[in-house]
Amino acid sequence: MTPSFSGQLINVLAALLLLIAFAMLAQRRVLSLVYLFAWQGLVLSVSTTVVAWGTGQHHLYYSAALTAVLKVFALPWILHRLIIRLNVKWDRETLINIPTTMMMGIVVVIFSLNLALPISEQASTVTRNTLGVAIACVLLSFLMVITRRKAIPQVVGFLAMENGLFFAATSATYGMPMVVELGIALDVLVGTLIFGIFFFHIRETFDSLDTRHLERLKER
Amino acid sequence: MVPSQILPLEVGLGVLVFWVVTGLLGLLAPHNLRFVSRVLFPVSAAGSLVLAGAGLAGLEGLAQTAVLALGLPDLPFHVRLDALSAFFLLLLGAASAGISLYSAGYFRAGEGTAPGLHCLQYHLFLAAMLAVMIADDAYLFMVAWETMALASYFLVISNHRLPAIRGAGFLYLLLAHIGAIGILLCFGVMQGGHGDYTFAALRAAGLDRFWASAAFLLALFGFGAKAGFLPVHAWLPEAHPAAPSPVSALMSGVMLKTAIYGLLRVSFDLLQFQLVWWGVLATTLGLTTALFGVMFAAVQTDMKRLLAYSSIENIGIILAGIGLALIFHVYEANALAALALAGTLYHCLNHALFKSLLFLVTGTVLHSTRERSLGKLGGLIRSMPWVAWLGLVGTIGIAGLPPLNGFVSEWLLLQAFLASPGLPSSYLSMLVPVGAAAFVLAVALAGYVMVKFYGVIFLGRPREARLADAHDANWPERAGLAWLALGCVVLGLAPVWVLAGLGGTIRLLAGDGAALPGAQTWLFITATSPEQSSYSAVLFLVGIIGALLLAVILVRKLYHGRVRRGPAWDCGFPGQTARMQDTAEGFGQPIKQIFEPVFRIDRRVPSPFDDHPRYQGVIGDRLWYGLYLPVARLVERLSAAIGILQHGRINIYLVYSFATLIVLLFFMR
Amino acid sequence: MIQSLLPQALQTVLVVALAPLLLGWVNQCRAWLQNKSGAGVLQPYRVLHKLFHKDALLAENASPLFRISPYVQFGCMMLVASIVPILATDLPFSAAADVIALVGLFALARLFAALAAMDVGTAFGSMGARREMLVACLAEPALLMVFFTPVLIAGSTSLTTIVETIAHRELMLYPSLAFAAVAFYMVALAENARIPVDNPATHLELTMIHEAMILEYSARHLALIEWASAMKLLNYSAIGIALFLPWGIVTPGHWALVPLAPVALCFKLLVGGAGLALVETLSAKLRIFRAPEFLGTAFLLAVLGMLVRLALER
Repeated sequence: MTPSFSGQLINVLAALLLLIAFAMLAQRRVLSLVYLFAWQGLVLSVSTTVVAWGTGQHHLYYSAALTAVLKVFALPWILHRLIIRLNVKWDRETLINIPTTMMMGIVVVIFSLNLALPISEQASTVTRNTLGVAIACVLLSFLMVITRRKAIPQVVGFLAMENGLFFAATSATYGMPMVVELGIALDVLVGTLIFGIFFFHIRETFDSLDTRHLERLKER
Repeated sequence: MVPSQILPLEVGLGVLVFWVVTGLLGLLAPHNLRFVSRVLFPVSAAGSLVLAGAGLAGLEGLAQTAVLALGLPDLPFHVRLDALSAFFLLLLGAASAGISLYSAGYFRAGEGTAPGLHCLQYHLFLAAMLAVMIADDAYLFMVAWETMALASYFLVISNHRLPAIRGAGFLYLLLAHIGAIGILLCFGVMQGGHGDYTFAALRAAGLDRFWASAAFLLALFGFGAKAGFLPVHAWLPEAHPAAPSPVSALMSGVMLKTAIYGLLRVSFDLLQFQLVWWGVLATTLGLTTALFGVMFAAVQTDMKRLLAYSSIENIGIILAGIGLALIFHVYEANALAALALAGTLYHCLNHALFKSLLFLVTGTVLHSTRERSLGKLGGLIRSMPWVAWLGLVGTIGIAGLPPLNGFVSEWLLLQAFLASPGLPSSYLSMLVPVGAAAFVLAVALAGYVMVKFYGVIFLGRPREARLADAHDANWPERAGLAWLALGCVVLGLAPVWVLAGLGGTIRLLAGDGAALPGAQTWLFITATSPEQSSYSAVLFLVGIIGALLLAVILVRKLYHGRVRRGPAWDCGFPGQTARMQDTAEGFGQPIKQIFEPVFRIDRRVPSPFDDHPRYQGVIGDRLWYGLYLPVARLVERLSAAIGILQHGRINIYLVYSFATLIVLLFFMR
Repeated sequence: MIQSLLPQALQTVLVVALAPLLLGWVNQCRAWLQNKSGAGVLQPYRVLHKLFHKDALLAENASPLFRISPYVQFGCMMLVASIVPILATDLPFSAAADVIALVGLFALARLFAALAAMDVGTAFGSMGARREMLVACLAEPALLMVFFTPVLIAGSTSLTTIVETIAHRELMLYPSLAFAAVAFYMVALAENARIPVDNPATHLELTMIHEAMILEYSARHLALIEWASAMKLLNYSAIGIALFLPWGIVTPGHWALVPLAPVALCFKLLVGGAGLALVETLSAKLRIFRAPEFLGTAFLLAVLGMLVRLALER
């Protein structure tokens, strides 16, 4: 059975999302990470539009527009400004071992694809196959947060995780109710702003954004 | 059975007796090198050929059994020759023919053990391996297995005056016995409480899943200690360099295969069912072993150690093949199981030939240069052309390149890997292909290792002045090398017939209904069907040679063939010396850097103010420090604790005896 | 027999004859992109012609292996050229090897090149051999993973079957094939000693890989090696076309395509060559120890392609 054209397009976009998640996992530069995040948002928004077009679910158009505004422009812009203000534009993470991280990433992807297999076999949506990819994106972003030391990449990782969850919602149930989505969007926006304030405080206290310094806060 | 026909099993037993007699004849004149090397070894090579013939004849025939009049009362030795045994007998015969022939020219007066004694040990070793392969009860199997271990131990320490060699021998003996305990326990588990240790009884034992798994794990451990699976590989890189080269060749080429034989016998024949996780475990372990072996081979500086690590790699590949076959077998994909088994068995045969060939090559190099460190060799292709060109055959074979034999087995195994996405388990169908990448990495790295091995020994300029008068191999040595090289070429070019010959063995292991990988015509081999994949070694050879000749003729016809000789250019740098070539360390450096976490590197870097700066980097095995030494320390501590019992006063010892007696009497009441 | 051998011979001769032209086209495109006038697409032929006419100068200690090696490399590439379907799939030789055996053939040529490089015993020769083998070791796992996706789609490793399956399927978007194609492109760059892994035009010995191996060669031997590497580029392009863009290759029963096939081939090669020049102009050569990351990326892409194939395109 050949999937419809929109189904194929969604597959392509899902594959792209997976690729971007891996690229974020391997990216050393803070600034490039933010650009990758923006790209991820763009792919997400396009895929939501395609789902909306393919299934006739009109409320998804609004989600797509919201995603585009928030994740392609607003959040990257805030993060970008933060990076400029904090003067960490050329900050590089010393990632320990990219190949090992990549191999772990592959294992995580295989795990999540298999995890979603029974679910997608029962589902009847056009997007059923992409659920595994969505779970993989969430887990890969989680992996990214774990492997980072600096604060900004960790926040980008959290935001990327939210992207993965959003994609999961779209692919499993054609999106969440509008109210929930608006709420999440607001949360993410506010969260990012609060994180921004935190960054300044962290740097003021420790003179660096390296979260290893937070270990000093431990009570002995 | 036609009485007038001589059965392969009888021939095999005949060769066994013949070898033992040949070995004993060596004792007649233990110090007569001429008699031993010019008469006994060639005669024994003839015996090997007969054995290979018997193996060939036994491949298609039915299983034959016999009960020998030897052994303990009520516990006679059972022997049996089926297609699996016949295959390994063929392997033993084919490889040992070349090695014995070579040995006829190898041994020199005044080296290690007296020649006659050496001859006895050597032939006992051969006979023990033969007995392992035809044993049909656990009792004979273990007796032969232990004889094999002991004979090879004495062969390894043939040069026992060097303490390093005694140390290597001890490590070998230790691991051999730990492995033997594993095998013994495995047989113990498999007999399932009936107390009957013939293989027929073991087959009928009807174990449940738990005990079958226990038996498989014990077999994997026990045979693994002999074959060199991770983490019980540590004896290989020590024992192979210590042993004389024909012995290394025999151990690496044939003895490791007896362990593979045992594993195949237990997991496919004696155990009546298999589980998926055995296959997954074996594949994972095999691939890990292969990668480990080849990475360590790439950074070695001693040529025989390099080959020993390369043996670990090849054994890993074979184990991965067995694992894959198990997986397919459990899922009843019998055609694919047959494919994986074909690749595995083929690789056993290949490895027996090319690894023996290369070990023998190092033997000749060692004899004529007295040098085993790669950093002091070089340029030997000019003074030792025979060895160099025959060695090139082995190098291409082991590097897994067409049109020689290594490629065929690796091609078959890769086809099996490529078929894995069709497996019913979705996890496996995604993970096994990633394993295929590890497999290819190991194979590609083997190519790297072999370029290093061959290039540093035979090519370039001699790194030491005295290498210029190295002499070539003598005639018996050449004959032995040529026999093995011929084997590599034949196995490479005639895979169609080899696969047809393997049919009986594969059917025995994978079940009767298995469609065999084989041939549509005499020219092509196919994995499962001709539309899916095909390979023709003959066409490759014809194509390459045809294109090559065409190019030569055209270039000669159309242009002149003038050649001038001059000094090497090297971008115009005049002060070239032979020491500016890559050494073994230099050639292995990229691997050392890229795969650094694998190695335990002990670096001594000189300070900038050193007058005589020396850089030193010693590469160690993490497992040695992480596993072996802690275990050794634990054993030492335990023995120290038990050592408290020792006082040296006779009265106290008598008290021990007295107490034991009392306790025993108390319990005996 | 004769009838089937004729297209076979035709294709082989075609590849052997046209290989330098592709190289010339790539070099010309690169010159244009870099705002140079370039030496013309026929320059590689002139170079070969010049080299064949010179006297061969061999190092004093060069062994026969050194002299055989160029012929072996040339022979291997010629054999590959006769196996890969370029214009039509119905070739008698094509059953001699599937994609895996083709990789083996490339590896054989590489082994001889590396051994010959070590033969004279110069510092640069062995350095080149070591690096070449290293890049190949890392490229081969990625290449295998690249093959997995088309092999899964066609259920076969034979190029003929792959071409016939993919060319005649319903047109669909295959993200898996796209990933695999990108990965293949990266591997092909590494295997053919192009930027960013190697620089075919470098003049600095320490940055060389492939060039360092052939420093000691001259005249007809050098010409054969250069020709063989031009054929290697064309062969890799042909394999890439067969795996990912097989439309236009004549398959049995579709004889109407016969006049179209050369046009399609030329078009693909022209575009591919220009693309190669573009990549080479835009990127810089990597440090040798960055090559593992580059090839690791290719490997990752190929694995993702395979996983996407298994999970999404069901």
